Amino acid sequence: MLNQKDILSTIEMIDQQHLDIRTITMGISLLSCCDPDAKRACDKVYDKITRYAERLVKTGEDIEREFGIPIVNKRISVTPMALVAGASETEDYVPFALALDRAAKTCGVNFIGGYSALVQKGMTLADEKLIRSIPEALARTDLVCSSVNVGSTKAGINMDAVALMGRIIKDTAKATEAQDGLGCAKLVVFCNAVEDNPFMAGAFHGVGEAEKIINVGVSGPGVVHHALQAVKGQPFDVVAETVKKTAFRVTRMGQLVAQEASRRLDTPFGIVDLSLAPTPAIGDSVARILEEMGLEVCGTHGTTAALALLNDAVKKGGVMASSSVGGLSGAFIPVSEDEGMIAAARSGVLTLDKLEAMTCVCSVGLDMIAIPGDTPAETISAIIADEAAIGMVNCKTTAVRVLPAVGKTVGDTIEMGGLLGSAPVMPVHPESAAEFIARGGRIPAPMHSLKN
Amino acid sequence: MNAIVTVVGQDKVGIIAAVCALLAEYNVNILDISQTIMQGSFTMVMAVDVEKATVSVGDLRTALEQLGEKMEIAIRIQREEIFNAMHRI
Repeated sequence: MLNQKDILSTIEMIDQQHLDIRTITMGISLLSCCDPDAKRACDKVYDKITRYAERLVKTGEDIEREFGIPIVNKRISVTPMALVAGASETEDYVPFALALDRAAKTCGVNFIGGYSALVQKGMTLADEKLIRSIPEALARTDLVCSSVNVGSTKAGINMDAVALMGRIIKDTAKATEAQDGLGCAKLVVFCNAVEDNPFMAGAFHGVGEAEKIINVGVSGPGVVHHALQAVKGQPFDVVAETVKKTAFRVTRMGQLVAQEASRRLDTPFGIVDLSLAPTPAIGDSVARILEEMGLEVCGTHGTTAALALLNDAVKKGGVMASSSVGGLSGAFIPVSEDEGMIAAARSGVLTLDKLEAMTCVCSVGLDMIAIPGDTPAETISAIIADEAAIGMVNCKTTAVRVLPAVGKTVGDTIEMGGLLGSAPVMPVHPESAAEFIARGGRIPAPMHSLKN
Repeated sequence: MNAIVTVVGQDKVGIIAAVCALLAEYNVNILDISQTIMQGSFTMVMAVDVEKATVSVGDLRTALEQLGEKMEIAIRIQREEIFNAMHRI
């Protein structure tokens, strides 16, 4: 028999500490939808997604009710669309985004990811067409998320793609100006993108994956924060141990839900992503965990070390709890989606430079950061290049999801609502990197890519 | 298949009776009950067998939630696996 204390502690985690399953994401291969006729290809895309994911939302809701654990998002990720659309004789890829959007709405999911291109070493004609269509695709759809992989440890960094993405981000902000540049919240630029990530905006279904798959992302910053409150003032060994134990519990729950969803949907279980994903709700913040470790405000000296410990302990605790760990697995530090980060950024303590340093020791990268609307495209490209370099050299995933706030500047705030939250506009360095970006070409892969 | 029913709230007459009556109505067998007063609030944990229940766990949840609203206490039912996963290796 379970003991009463354990049962009540689980209920307290769910009720008061925001413990939830952040997402059940079904990955679907669309390679079978390739067709020389673009219209027919789009129809195949719509049909396949709606057929495979027909019961995804209902199943998620059933599990939620039976197990009493909130499942916040149900999502779909698909094969990078440039690979599918490339087979069609068309210049306009936007209809493919519209087909994804329609399919997502029919299925009732929150987002669909995979309007993507992988261009770490070079761009095909299809890749370039897709990338150039991103601003219009994101402006004309509600649920489609887009990602572009511009570098990897094996391939180096494609600086032509980096230069192009700076302009695409600006254009996307402009195209969705009426919604405070919401399009940019659905567009992420990766280095070392992973093929089984369940989290948006960067989810896509890699070509090395199965026909369809269930990936689950757990969450639980509030639970970790609460657990650390009980070990105030104690040494870091105790802190690490406490985080590990908590991450273990949270991940076991994710594993259970993943297996159950996989069984009910008759779809193989892929991975559990161990990421600590915050929300804008009070008590669900990664920044507040770092502050709980003894920092006055997140972003001050010591923040990187605190985050390194947190990220590592989350992985160590989670890895034993799941039969297959994947995705991004680490702590996320999206500014607009984390109440503590928003406060730290607003107070000026948390800067872009400090966030960049933090991305060296945690998963993903510069995430959901509002920058002044008049930031030059070259500066955005240079931010991407810096972040990609960190990922490339450290053999890890890094990403940039910045939000140029059209017509706004430092001191203003952009509002996206819901899980995307709000973001204070943060200053960028005014000195130009235009000549650096104009060079183009490729930054070669680092020495340690030569492992064979 | 087992599930866990938890009841938390202000103590009053008839909580156990009402919950048990509802469970009996849906043919849910009670395996174990433990009940205490924690920090002034009534706390009850029940292990129940829902194998022969006449409705799904999801529907039981709705019925228990409605009873909880009426009695101004929090009543929930969750499948046992979630607690085993989190607290047993």
